[in-house]
Order: sequence, then C-alpha cells, then structure tokens
Amino acid sequence: MAVAVVIALLVLATIAFHMLSPWWMTPIASNWGSIDTALMITLWICAAAFVALNLFLAYSLYRYRARPGHTAHYEPENARLEKRLTLWTGLGIAGMLAPGLIAWNQYVTVPDDASVIEATGQQWQWGFRFPGQDGVLGTAAVAHINADNPFGLNPLDPYGKDDVLVETNELHMPIGKPVKMVLRSKDVLHDFYVPQFRAKMDLVPGIVTYFWVTPTRTGTFEILCAELCGVGHHAMRGTVVVESEADFNRWMGEQMTFGQLLAEAEGDKKVQLAQASAPRAGGR
Amino acid sequence: MATATIADDLRPLHHPKSWIGKYVWSQDHKVIAIQYSLTAIAIGLVALVLSGLMRLQLGFPDTFDFIQPENYLQYVTMHGMIMVVYLLTALLLGGFGNYLIPLMVGARDMVFPFVNMLSYWFYLLAVLVLVASFFVPGGPTGAGWTLYPPQTILEGTPGHQYGIILMLASLAIFVVAFTMGGLNYVTTVLQARTKGMTLMRMPCSVWGIFVASIMGLLAFPALFVACIMMLLDRLVGTSFFMPAIASMGKELGYEGGSPILFQHLFWFFGHPEVYIVALPAFGIVSDLIAVHARKNIFGYRMMVWAIVIIGALSFFVWAHHMYVSGMNPYFGFFFATSTLIIAIPTAIKVYNWLLTLWRGDIHLTVPMLFAIGFLFTFIHGGLSGLFLGNVSVDVPLSDTFFVIGHFHMVMGVSPILVIFGAIYHWYPKITGRMWNDALAKIHFWVTFLGVYAIFLPMHYLGMLGVPRRYFALGETAFIPPSAHLANEWITIAALIVFAAQMLFFWNMTWSLFRGPRADPNPWGAASLEWQTPDTPPGHGNWGPTLPTVYRWAYDYSVPGADRDFTPQTQPPGGAGRYHAT
Repeated sequence: MAVAVVIALLVLATIAFHMLSPWWMTPIASNWGSIDTALMITLWICAAAFVALNLFLAYSLYRYRARPGHTAHYEPENARLEKRLTLWTGLGIAGMLAPGLIAWNQYVTVPDDASVIEATGQQWQWGFRFPGQDGVLGTAAVAHINADNPFGLNPLDPYGKDDVLVETNELHMPIGKPVKMVLRSKDVLHDFYVPQFRAKMDLVPGIVTYFWVTPTRTGTFEILCAELCGVGHHAMRGTVVVESEADFNRWMGEQMTFGQLLAEAEGDKKVQLAQASAPRAGGR
Repeated sequence: MATATIADDLRPLHHPKSWIGKYVWSQDHKVIAIQYSLTAIAIGLVALVLSGLMRLQLGFPDTFDFIQPENYLQYVTMHGMIMVVYLLTALLLGGFGNYLIPLMVGARDMVFPFVNMLSYWFYLLAVLVLVASFFVPGGPTGAGWTLYPPQTILEGTPGHQYGIILMLASLAIFVVAFTMGGLNYVTTVLQARTKGMTLMRMPCSVWGIFVASIMGLLAFPALFVACIMMLLDRLVGTSFFMPAIASMGKELGYEGGSPILFQHLFWFFGHPEVYIVALPAFGIVSDLIAVHARKNIFGYRMMVWAIVIIGALSFFVWAHHMYVSGMNPYFGFFFATSTLIIAIPTAIKVYNWLLTLWRGDIHLTVPMLFAIGFLFTFIHGGLSGLFLGNVSVDVPLSDTFFVIGHFHMVMGVSPILVIFGAIYHWYPKITGRMWNDALAKIHFWVTFLGVYAIFLPMHYLGMLGVPRRYFALGETAFIPPSAHLANEWITIAALIVFAAQMLFFWNMTWSLFRGPRADPNPWGAASLEWQTPDTPPGHGNWGPTLPTVYRWAYDYSVPGADRDFTPQTQPPGGAGRYHAT
C-alpha cells in the first residue's frame, strides 16, 4: 500500500523537480536548435511513457494488493495486447528517432561556404589555427613539433606559411558565419566542448576530426575539454569570443602567421630553420 | 533427447572428505556460487568506499587534502571497473548463475565441475592482481574505466607505470575465468536439464543467465585482445593503438596506430556487457514478480524471445558510445537506429512485468519491494538511455553528468536492486534461515529513495552541461552556485545510502546464525529449486533420483487447483488447467 503511494508520489516529485529545477540547457548560442528540438521531442515522449508506466504500476500495486479472499487472475498470454503495445512503442521510437536523424544529417553535412578553424589540443591547453589568405591549412605532423614550431607545421609546405597561429587559450569567431572546426591532438584524446554551442567532437591523435557550427549570439563562452585527458583534464579550459565581423577582423590582424613566427625565430637564432628542419611530408 | 544424457547420469559425484575439500577446493556449484558472491561483494565494498571518496570531493571540493586529481581519477577508474566487471558480472553470472542453473534445471551440478572450480580461483586471482595495483609505485590506473589510449599508458595519467599493467593483466585473467564459467553455464543448460525440462519450461532467471553467458563468450574475447594489444603497446613498444604523438614535449617512438580501434574493441565488449548484467537481472526479476504476485509471468514466450533478441541486437549497437569519438560520422545513422530498435523488446519486457502485476495477488514481501524498486528505476534509466542513443541528442549530453545519471540508474541501481531482491528471495534456500524483516525493509526504503535522490538531479546537471570526470568544476560561468549545492546534497544522499548497506550486511550475517529456521518453500514457489529434498540442498541437490518436470515454472493461481501454486514436479491430472509449454 505504502509503496503504491510512494511510486505515485515519486512520479509527481519528478515532474515537480523538472518544473522547478534551476538546471537546464544553457541558452543556445549556435545554429543547433535542431538538436535542442530533437532533445525536447525525446523528452516529451519519454516523459509521457515514464508517467503512464509508473502510474499504471502504482495503480496495480494498490488495486491488486494481497488481501483475504483475493486471488490472482490466470492469463498466461494475450497476443493481441502485446502486438498493440509493440506497435505503439515502435511509433514512439520512430517519433523520436526521425528528428534525431534529421538533426544528425545536418550535423554531418558541412555547408560549402563554411570557413575553417583548427583547434589543437595538448595536455592541458588549447591552440588555434586559421588558414590565412589562401584559405588552406598547411600540412602538419608530430615530427615537426619543436619549441619554435609548437603546432608542428611542415616548414616546407607553402600553404602553411600564411596560416595564422593562436597560441593562447582564447579563440575569436565571427557571428553568423558557418565554421568548420577541424580538430587535431598532439598527444591524447581531448574533446572540444562549448555548452552553449551544443556541438562537440573528440580530438584524436593521428587523425583530423571535425564538426561545424554557426555562432548566433555574441559573447564570451567557455571551452571545456570533455574527454578525459589525464590529471589536468578538469583544468583544460579555453574561451571563445563570438563577436562582429569587424571586431573579429581587427583581432585577426593582431595575430602572427606561421611565416612571421618562423622569420622571427630565424632572426633570433641567425639560422635558417626552414632548411634545418627535416623535409618531411605527413598529414596535417 | 539432449537432456537425457547427463541428467540421468548417476556417476558418483566427487564427494569431498575434509572441511577444506568441502568449502575451499569445492566442486559443488552451490559452494562455488557462494565463493564467487562473497568475493564479488568484498571487492564491491572497495568500489563502494571509492565512490564515497569521489562524492566527498565533488560535494565538498577543497576540503579533503588527501584527495588530489591523481587519486580522484584512480577512484573513478577503479570504482567503475570493479563495479561493472568484478562485482556485477561476477555476482550475477558467477554467483547466481552457479547457484541457480543446476537447481532450476534439475541437474546435480554443472557439467564440468572441476573447470567450474578453476573458474572461481582464476576469478579470485584476477581480483588479487587488481587489488595489488593499489600497492605498487604510482598506484592503480586513473585512466577512466574505459582505459582509452593513448592517455592510459602515458605520463600525465596516474598509474601509467605499473597500475595499468596490473589492470590489463587482471582483466585478461578475468576473461579466462569467465570463459571457464560461461562454458559451464551454457553447456549445463543445453545438456543437463532433467527429464521434462524443455527449454520453454525453464524459468526466466535461467534464460537470462543462459543468454548472458553466450553473449559473454562472444564479447569478452574482444576485451581480451584489446588488453593484450595494449599491454604490448605499453611493454614492448608496438603501436596497435598509438599514432605518432608528442607527450609532454617529447616525441614518443610510436607511429601508425589507431586510438579509435581500441574504442571499437572495448565497446564491442562494453555494450553487450551492459546486457550481460541486465539480462540475468531481467530474468531474475521476472521470477520475483511472478512468485510474489502469485501470478504467471505474463507473455512468457515473448519474455524469452525478448531476452534472445536483446542479446543478439546488443552486438550491433556498440558505436553508440562513440558518436563524438571522431569515427566516421555516417556510422551515427546506423547505430542510432539499431540502438533505438532495442528499446522495443526492452519495452515489451517492462509491459509484461507490469501486466504480471495487473490482476495479481501482490504480496509486498521484501523481494517484491526490491522488484518494484527495480521497475521504477529501470523505467527511468531505460528512458533516459533513449536520449543518449538518439545520435544528435547525444552530442550535447555525452561526457556530462547526464551519462552518469543514466547508466547508474540503468546499470548500477536497477541490477543492484534485483541482486538485493534475489538475495532476500533465495536466502532461505541457501542458508535455511530467514532474515530480519524490519531491518530488510528499512534497507529497502533508504536504498530506493536514496539512489533516486542521488541520480535524478545528475540528469539535470548534465542537461546544463556539467562535464563528468572533473576533479573540480572550478570557476565556470555557466554553472550556477545552485549546481554546486546540488552536488553537496547528492553527496549527503550517497553517504546515507552507503550507511544503509551496512544494515544489509549486518542483517545477513546475524540471520545466518540467529535467523529463524526457514520453511523449504517459504514463498510457495513453483520452480524446481524450491522442491529439493533438503534445505539447504546437499551435494548433488536431489538425493537418489532426479526430479521429473511436467509443466512450466509459472503455474500460480491456476483456476481449479487446490493451492495457489503448482510445482513443476506435479504431474498433470486432477484439478487445474494445464498450460501447454
């Protein structure tokens, strides 16, 4: 008896918790409203099932509790009922799968006009790279990494010379423009995660992964690492500043290209780094 | 025909002559079951303490100096691995599988009793190797329970010196142990059923354990090879999972390997593993509900087929753990669809449990309370799984507290509630004693309400975007102070639940010596294990003759019968309808 009441109360308490909870999705700052929509549809279908099933449980526990003179009904099977329930479940599943897959189709289809930003992860900091004037990221490989070339760009690749390197944890993005984020890790798995963007993806050493996003709101947002990457995992933070195109361009103008960095280093050391490095091909 | 060969075999069993032979080097499946269970519970207690330490850090950061990022990650890793593999798998298959299969199918023992004994000793060895990692320089591995390379074996990860080697070795030994046990469970079900015990007359418990054992035999090899390959990467310098990388500014000698390959191997084991735990729990809870509601399990055939279908489908969904792993994103379409399709047979099982209660004669005994607790938490956890299986919805939620809330509800709490229910249910048969009812009920209520208080808010923290595996959330603008407060309350609830488990241990220990004598069949259950000549059953289970089975295991409240249960051993005829199985 008590357990029937408690189950019913738990259903009510869960609904109340949902309504009163101050913890909910952060206000979205990207084009991924379709993900939020798929999530809400999933939530509503699941909530309906949760309430219906548990209230049925509570009712059965109350109505059919053991008492003198009461016996159980004998009914091993009811194929018709089971078929109906299967059908309804299938419909519910299809109802949440469809919007989910539609959103995913958008997620894996990068728009043709997307610009490219590379995020690089290493224990435990972020770095960023823009393709520069030519719009192409130069190749990079672990073998090229050294103190003067922290991103490991191939010094002999002409496409890399104009790449803009951002060695701080702060990334700037223009509002309203689709961006393909290409992700590269120098050491272990990381994950580029901005809660307000909804989108995220792992950085995997050895390959280049990607996702795309269009920032829709100016502001400063935190970049978290969402894939366990060792003891400093929780401290691997960055910020992304979404701003107007003019502000973005001003910021971009202040950043150094790989070619400038190389020249600076060569000037300091009076050696020609571009030739001193092993001429090594390799993936980006 | 297949049932006749071994079931009728009256070869003398290997009867032990000394105390050591009877209780230590025992080949009796019941003793092995108890050895498995006690070892699993002992190591599970270690994992429980670790979770308490983790919660202390999350609830009250900057309070405990002895918890640093290194040991926090070690707690996380060891807690997860112990709970999933060394507690749940070992207890449900090694413990309940060993105890129940021969008794429920009418066999004298497992088909290979000696291999069965070895299975336990290898399991114990695996546990000891794992525990040893707490005492080596650098401590146990802190790589997260999924042990993803390259991080696992590199500097910057706690336990990268020795802890990870012991973890991988221990897992490999565990797989050996599991294989020996699993072969026994499968062969015993197929070959040692007594006369009349057709497959479609077996209780759901046996079906769940049987299918889970087959799954284990297919899934664990993937873990085994992944462990061996990673050991080679760590010790010999191969590059199965290691691409060219630079760690801490140094280029390491690796080249050409794939970290994602490990994830595929791990989850090819890891996802079926969820059902290796869940299916025995599903089976057992079906039996608890039927017995204590005095009603046949509703839709038995559908329940059995659902178990088989879930088992088969679970091998086609592993990459739903990898939607944001960087694998080819087009896999998302396939794995989301296959994952959500599994929800259909799973939902059928839930409906059938509810429809078994419907028009039943529900006795709110302690095992029934735990079964009801399971229904509630499983419905919650199962539904929250649909968020994570639905590929695009998973993107914002993956690696957040939502995932922790979901999998603890569905894989931690609900099977554990079934395990408690099952221990309370079969305790009278195992020990010949009854437990203290009042203590058991307090244990149930605190545990049930407590775990909901722990894991419901986590779903909402996850929606907010709070990431998991963080030693400290730190100053993060989007996380309001109320979320930190929620973490405090969750910790307090966790400590209360922790304390309630001590009631359980006290109750079981006290009852073993002081509990009232149990009736051989205190619940009036129809299945075979309650019809043994002795309670607790002796070595060989059945005395001189094996039982003969005439009906399915669920003849409760049959119209016209003189009692509200008809044992499987009762021949047809006389009053009562006969359910054709």
